[in-house]
Amino acid sequence: MPGVQGFIYPNEIDLQWSVLIVLYPFLTGLVAGAFILASLERVFNVRAVRPTYRLALLTALAFLIVAPLPLQMHLGHPERSFEMYLTPHRSSAMAMFGFVYLWYLMVVLLLEIWFDYRRELVLAWRGSTGFKRWCYGVLTLWSDDISPEALRLDNRLGYLLTIIGIPSAFLLHGYVGFIFGSVKANPWWSSPLMPVVFIFSAMVSGIAIVMLLYAGFSRLRKVAVDMACLDTIAQYLLYAFIIDFSLEMLDLIHRIYEADESFRALDFMVKTRLFTSQIVLQIFVGTLLPIALLGWVQVKRLQDRTRRLLYMASGLLTLVGIFAMRWNVVIGGQLFSKSFLGYTSYKMGFAGREGLLPAILITILPFVILAVLVRVLPPWDHAPEIGVDAKA
Amino acid sequence: MARRPRHYDHVLRVAAVFGVGFVSFLIVRALLVPSDFGVYGFFRAGALDDARARPMSYAGEPACVDCHNTVADERRPSKHAQVRCEACHGPLVKHTAGEMDTLPKTPDSRRLCVTCHTKIAGRPAWFPQVVVADHAGDAECTACHKPHSPKIQ
Amino acid sequence: MNADRRSFLAEAGKFIALTGAASIAWDFVVQGAPEQAPNYNLHDHWWGMLIDIDKCIGCGNCVRACKTENDVLNEPGAFRTWVERYQVRGDDFEHPIVDSPNGGYDGFPPIEVGDDVKVFFVPKLCNHCAHSPCVQVCPVGATFESPDGVVLVDKSRCLGCRYCVQACPYGCRYIDPRTHTVDKCTLCYHRITKGLTTACCEVCPTGARQLVDLRNPNDPVHEYLRTHKVQVLKPQMATGAKVYYNALDGSVR
Repeated sequence: MPGVQGFIYPNEIDLQWSVLIVLYPFLTGLVAGAFILASLERVFNVRAVRPTYRLALLTALAFLIVAPLPLQMHLGHPERSFEMYLTPHRSSAMAMFGFVYLWYLMVVLLLEIWFDYRRELVLAWRGSTGFKRWCYGVLTLWSDDISPEALRLDNRLGYLLTIIGIPSAFLLHGYVGFIFGSVKANPWWSSPLMPVVFIFSAMVSGIAIVMLLYAGFSRLRKVAVDMACLDTIAQYLLYAFIIDFSLEMLDLIHRIYEADESFRALDFMVKTRLFTSQIVLQIFVGTLLPIALLGWVQVKRLQDRTRRLLYMASGLLTLVGIFAMRWNVVIGGQLFSKSFLGYTSYKMGFAGREGLLPAILITILPFVILAVLVRVLPPWDHAPEIGVDAKA
Repeated sequence: MARRPRHYDHVLRVAAVFGVGFVSFLIVRALLVPSDFGVYGFFRAGALDDARARPMSYAGEPACVDCHNTVADERRPSKHAQVRCEACHGPLVKHTAGEMDTLPKTPDSRRLCVTCHTKIAGRPAWFPQVVVADHAGDAECTACHKPHSPKIQ
Repeated sequence: MNADRRSFLAEAGKFIALTGAASIAWDFVVQGAPEQAPNYNLHDHWWGMLIDIDKCIGCGNCVRACKTENDVLNEPGAFRTWVERYQVRGDDFEHPIVDSPNGGYDGFPPIEVGDDVKVFFVPKLCNHCAHSPCVQVCPVGATFESPDGVVLVDKSRCLGCRYCVQACPYGCRYIDPRTHTVDKCTLCYHRITKGLTTACCEVCPTGARQLVDLRNPNDPVHEYLRTHKVQVLKPQMATGAKVYYNALDGSVR
């Protein structure tokens, strides 16, 4: 049989979860990571990253809106997906995730953005006419109040939402990790480390993408990049990366050492079918190289321009590496047979419902949405300082 | 003059939006979840009836024996005692239900008998198996063996 | 009435009655209307299967019968039951050579083996686990274990998310490309609830496969389990599998 090596159970010929299911944790990871970067400023008072606060929130929103799309396109019956809210099976991580997603979108992200942008929205409402005026009216819930007391309240509520948002972000992406990590039938997935690895790789990818978007938008707007901001973001990227890499190495070393019944099959898979995506792309190009570049910047004094280039390179390599990690988890976990005696292969189509083309389009879509959001809710100035210092 | 709104009015409005959304969700849920969901467990009880409603293709030995009791008597003391009718004669539910024109085709012995009795690695030693070309040449199995009582006395 | 007319009327009456009865029987059989098998009480049964490896001859009757009975697509990747052939050399349990050509649908081709190689057949199907991991992960309650121990799929609720296919350790689930929902062995639920046996057991020529009802005190399985050493597949997964294998070799995956 084409693409099959050794013995696989007869039903295992085709992979069940395609590149769309690789995209899904990648997108939600960017959401969680971007939000954590935003919370660095809001809750942990890392003032240097302030210029990226609103941009990070909008980035998170753009990606979160698109995140269910690959899932819907993958389902055999997307019209029935609402059943997850009607009759959610409490023992199913996937069902519970539906509520985590809803919570995160509605309560954490949308509310926080609303409270942060409310003053600008009200001003826009007052200053526009016709259809635009009606839209802004809806967005502000027809509340005209931007008095100092109201704005102080908004600020306090936003702060509260960010505090709630941090564990929510961990829950959002940790849950995705648990969806894989709790499958005892699959030794490549089944691990208590899986949610933790997912969370830290999410942070890495989210921080990287905000860093890239900030630099990119600055160039588009022909505005100088705040180097202190970029330097700080890059530092946090490095810290998160070191933790992420340590966790992944721990999993690998543990696996090699214990060498249980599945080990030989998995080892062979990594050395053959998964070599390019795991060893080359994920570990070397996507992790070790960016860590080296970011570490080099910490050690050596370099010019602004050089640092910027190294950060951009690291950011891009990081995104490649984290995508490769998702690929290796999802696709890699389905390439070997549960008999541990054989392998199948992934035949990715191009234009079909679950092919490469929809995957590419879905990846581009959040950037389109972000471009719209950035026009409607410009993130370049942060909310006025009223109430931030809590003194009138 | 209009009363000045309280400074937390907008928070109340957003809370109201969430409240309305939640209540709508509960209403939709009550309308859409099937009434027999959860009767026996976390599933729609009607699914059991759906599973039971599938049409059959195999009638089962008792249905055959009802009419063909002489064949059953012949088979009972033979080596083929536990080989049920449809194992060789194929699915016959239409025939047993009265469509008398759907008679089972007499199986081609070289294809049917050989399926079980050709010698291949993995068949237990107690099971009668032969290398068909050596054992029978080109002859039909039924030339010497009666299917309902196959042992040659 | 003379004898001819009486016999004619008798024959005519028989014909009418039988045709009527036959048509009712045909409806019953074809629609399988549950209300006409009212004696079946869900809670009186706990279904499983007994498979004797020492009796399986790898003829493939079960695979063919299952596909016919349950309207399963005759194509790769869609098997409710299948048969595997194992070749185990000496004491090397960890590296058996296993094959399952088209799931055993066309039987097995002859092979040459050395003297030190042990060869045997293993029929497989859904194990209808009592603590099923596939039921655990279904997000909408579309797959479930019935009160009589059969794991079924509700085709009207299944989303086709395939989480259950990932969660099954035995590889017994697949997606039916016609309905875009998950499909798998139903233990011929439409037959066993009418007192018949499953299609695969019906056509097994050696009695290697037998349906068992663990809640029936008269079922021979109880005596069998007391006198034979049986195993389930992947016991370390603690799935509560209810397909019991006699003479299962340690090399079986």
